[in-house]
Amino acid sequence: MSLPKDYRYSKEHEWVKVEGDKVRIGITEFAQDELGDIVFVELPEEGDELELDEPFGSVESVKTVSELYAPISGKVVEINEELEDSPELVNESPFEKAWMVVVELSDESQLDDLMDADAYKEMTDSE
Amino acid sequence: MGELRRTPIYPVYNAKTVDFGGWEMPVQFVGIKDEHHATREKAGLFDVSHMGEILVEGKDSEAYLQKMLTNDLSKVSINQAQYTIMCYEDGGTVDDLLVYKLEEEKYLLVVNAANTEKDFDWLKQYVTGDVSVENVSSEYVQLALQGPKAETILQKLTEEDLSEIKFFRFKQDVELKGIEHGALISRTGYTGEDGFEIYIDQSSGVDLWKAILEAGEEFEVTPVGLGARDTLRFEANLALYGQELSKDITPVEAGLNFAVKVKKEADFNGKEVLAEQKANGPKRKLVGLEMIDKGIPRHGYDVLKDGETIGFVTSGTQSPTLGKNVGLALVNTEFANEGEFLDVQVRKRTLQAKVVPTPFYKRK
Repeated sequence: MSLPKDYRYSKEHEWVKVEGDKVRIGITEFAQDELGDIVFVELPEEGDELELDEPFGSVESVKTVSELYAPISGKVVEINEELEDSPELVNESPFEKAWMVVVELSDESQLDDLMDADAYKEMTDSE
Repeated sequence: MGELRRTPIYPVYNAKTVDFGGWEMPVQFVGIKDEHHATREKAGLFDVSHMGEILVEGKDSEAYLQKMLTNDLSKVSINQAQYTIMCYEDGGTVDDLLVYKLEEEKYLLVVNAANTEKDFDWLKQYVTGDVSVENVSSEYVQLALQGPKAETILQKLTEEDLSEIKFFRFKQDVELKGIEHGALISRTGYTGEDGFEIYIDQSSGVDLWKAILEAGEEFEVTPVGLGARDTLRFEANLALYGQELSKDITPVEAGLNFAVKVKKEADFNGKEVLAEQKANGPKRKLVGLEMIDKGIPRHGYDVLKDGETIGFVTSGTQSPTLGKNVGLALVNTEFANEGEFLDVQVRKRTLQAKVVPTPFYKRK
């Protein structure tokens, strides 16, 4: 499995891609593989505030529900509406097409607490 | 937690596994949805060797089992199987199981894996007269071959005419090509499809698993894990112990009246309660729910009417066959009518659902 090198990663298996003063968030290849066939994605609304480590949505596979935990705090400025009709994109393209939300960064220092690709790979290899 | 047990087939699967009732079982091989559709459209092969087998024999075995089980065993002939329930005195469920009548005075009980020890202890406690009860679970491998191509595939392995085996009937000591031991083959299953369950000496298990996959290759047989086993049985409205049935849920509440024969003479555990529920209707009933709002009902979620809890979801998922978000729920009988609008508490959200008929899927 190849991890985008320029993304940051959380221990809850989310990825964070910095785009100027905003970040794009999704779940990792590892996470989608653990969940299996994804059939439903529940996202916040534009304007909602994400709070670090708090649940902000959920991803449901055929057999289970997994909460999404905010890897950083900030205001949601965009959500991926395509996931409503095509949740299987999370299985097919977790790092690209299945981004979930775009958030305005409120505290840039929170990025430092996330892992880089190598550290994340090490964590998942040991799971 | 103790070490997980593994079936004799474990070394030859290449699957993602999960702890299921103390067993390390395959949850999926290629993906739950693909395995589900393969079973509905072609054929699926399941390792269900974790299931428990209990042998009951002796002159008084029929009379004894009539007292232990809710269905009427006197109606069952040799080489016939019956779905039945074992209840507590209050009508709650010990387990649901299949009874195979092997010979006069000799029966094989096939029980849920996680309940095997509990069932065995419960059965022993009531033994009277000439009856022996033996836990023979570790002697058997059980495989299930399910789906429209099941018969064609299995027929390739034997000279016996499998079309002679009718629903809930079986043959014993069936010779299978290249397999050392004979097998018990029954036309039963847990998917809502046609197919077979096959019991064989555990030492022949891996050979049989490989032989079926090889014979089925031209029909695209797929190994299937517990994930799709659950979605298949759920669509067909087949109860799962721990969800639709439990010590707190009676078989009448779960809609299994066909397996509860209160008119039979034997005074079985739970008879009084179950007879009352059958006569006057149970206070709660298992119903099908289809979500109107977006969301998936899951085991344990509350079901509400006008803000008040009136039941709970026993099983739910997105049905792979229908593509709809559906569930089974145990609700107060007054709200169990088809078309009734109810709410399901999905984490923080209260979502609307409607009572619909079951099963969600019926084979054509």
